[in-house]
Amino acid sequence: MIAPPPSGPVPYARDFAHRLLTDMLRIRRMEEKSAELYGAGKIRGFLHLYIGEEAVAVGALHALQAEDNLVTTYREHGHALVRGMSMDVILAEMYGKREGCSLGRGGSMHLFDKRTRLFGGNAIVAGGLPVAAGLALADKIQKTSRITACFFGDGAVAEGAFHESMNLAALWQLPVLFCCENNLYAMGTALENSESQTDLCAKAASYRMPTIKVDGMDVVAVHEATRQAQARVRAGEGPLFIEYQTYRFRAHSMFDAELYRSKAEVEEWKTRGPVHTFTARLKQEGKLSEEEFLALDAQVNTEVAAAVAFAEAGTWEPVEHMLADVYTPAGSQP
Amino acid sequence: MTRINELPVMEEMNLVTAVTHTLRQEMQRDPSVRVMGYDIGPIGGVFRATEGLFDEFGPDRVMDTPLSENGLLGVAVGMAMRGERPVIEMQFLGFMYNAWGQFIYNLANLHQKTGGAMKVPLTIRATFGGGIKPLPFHSESTEAYLMHTPGVRVVCPSTPAQAKGLLAAAIRSDDPVVFLEHTKMYRAFREPVPMADYTLPLDKCRMVQEGDDLTLIAWGNMLHYSIAAAAETNASIEIIDMCSLAPLDVAPVLASVKKTGRCVIVHEARRTAGPGAEISALINEYALEWLKAPVKRVTAFDVFFPENQIEDAYLPSPQRIKAGIEAVLNYQF
Repeated sequence: MIAPPPSGPVPYARDFAHRLLTDMLRIRRMEEKSAELYGAGKIRGFLHLYIGEEAVAVGALHALQAEDNLVTTYREHGHALVRGMSMDVILAEMYGKREGCSLGRGGSMHLFDKRTRLFGGNAIVAGGLPVAAGLALADKIQKTSRITACFFGDGAVAEGAFHESMNLAALWQLPVLFCCENNLYAMGTALENSESQTDLCAKAASYRMPTIKVDGMDVVAVHEATRQAQARVRAGEGPLFIEYQTYRFRAHSMFDAELYRSKAEVEEWKTRGPVHTFTARLKQEGKLSEEEFLALDAQVNTEVAAAVAFAEAGTWEPVEHMLADVYTPAGSQP
Repeated sequence: MTRINELPVMEEMNLVTAVTHTLRQEMQRDPSVRVMGYDIGPIGGVFRATEGLFDEFGPDRVMDTPLSENGLLGVAVGMAMRGERPVIEMQFLGFMYNAWGQFIYNLANLHQKTGGAMKVPLTIRATFGGGIKPLPFHSESTEAYLMHTPGVRVVCPSTPAQAKGLLAAAIRSDDPVVFLEHTKMYRAFREPVPMADYTLPLDKCRMVQEGDDLTLIAWGNMLHYSIAAAAETNASIEIIDMCSLAPLDVAPVLASVKKTGRCVIVHEARRTAGPGAEISALINEYALEWLKAPVKRVTAFDVFFPENQIEDAYLPSPQRIKAGIEAVLNYQF
């Protein structure tokens, strides 16, 4: 089914509406700064920015409960941030510093956090889907009320792991919310060039899984659709597939000349940018003043500056640690 | 370390009944232990290693799964991160190729990648080895692929009593462990196995017999062929069961080679970049000046598992092992 666009005014109290906007801004500003730091050689390797897709992480994750499990992708800085990992720790991990969530070993693509039940970003497309099914199976067996939200992009549907996970989750009626961020391009390949069936919901439906398609540029639409979806999964209806139709404004990674799409297409999508459209909507409805917006933005910029300082002040893991944590300490003689 | 033969109340078991017995005992001991795999429920598995467990523990503890090796390993990782101890039955080690992605990306890598924050306590039981003529992908010994993967423990028992101790330790370990079960050995012989629960260390090889003239290293079914071959020579041969393949327990090997000055490594894995190449390299690096002859490997050949008629020539035989031993004993620099 296609979720009807919520009509009427933003259905949230001022505080929550501001929370959604602030979190989108936090992702946006953190990533703008990350791109700058990448250019300065502070963040190395690869960097996959979420800019343009903020409404998905913010709208969806605010519909979950703190006890829920989260599995995500390599484009996951935003998910980690909204889920509650501190910006300090995220940036430190991206720098490769010991103060990061994984001592700097995972970097940008592998943010993990036990406290917020983030069971990983994953460098491998569709790599997290089977793990999400496993987390959910454990919860089903343990009879908890948790669900597992599993994020992945449209590129994942070409992988075998996607189909195995869809089947296992549907067969065993696992409490998994499959959150597909369809930004139309798997790296540099458009969906129609990689899929015989470009209707992603149809793929999920073939596993007898209910599906929802939603405008991923609208944080209200995302939040409302995800709220309903998670309630169904939590009620024991089995897995559900939700497709967020979204768009990344930046290149796939920092090494991408974007030969696969036109500038006009990007500009067209930018007119639907989640941050400025939601800001305008709140202002129009009298739920946000320009002063309030400037104050929010200033507060976010302060957070970003503090996070950069934290990462800069961080330390490198000593070379002597290179062989650490291959095995657990008592693993050989339990 | 547990002294198996000092434990009271023994029962005769073969390798497969020892595995079943150990799974049952571990499942009784720890409710988070769940066995999962294809046809392992009411059918009891292709080799009947889980026979009776479904009736005793029910479908939440003995879980039949689809043929989704990759998906299943990922599922096991997720369960392990949520406090379960899944024990996966991989019908044949050759089916692991399908699961290679999750095996590397998530299962093996997770603990190190997360700076030690996440643990993956799971066991993969995989049958392997030649000798029962099931042809490719049901016979191979690809333990070298596993040994090349950091973060995974790899053990291979050669007797029922050893299988019990190693499997119990594998299940209780907070690391992912691949437990290799040789199909030809499943019902090859029985021995007394203690009924009490016990574990054996996952990182220690086993001294089978002491000797002075030559060190003979093998594991799994090849250990039995090696014992037979050694008995046919007049030499005093020290035999080491390299049951702990990863991490490789190299110190006793070096100590032995420094004593005997000669070494033969036997495996049914392919020759090139096989486990023997690594063991030989370690001896050359750390015990070269004690050697009286080059280290010799008696192995399978660099081809995919061959057809029925030539399987026996592909696998090392007691005759081929004996010839290797004699060549090393007679070697003159």
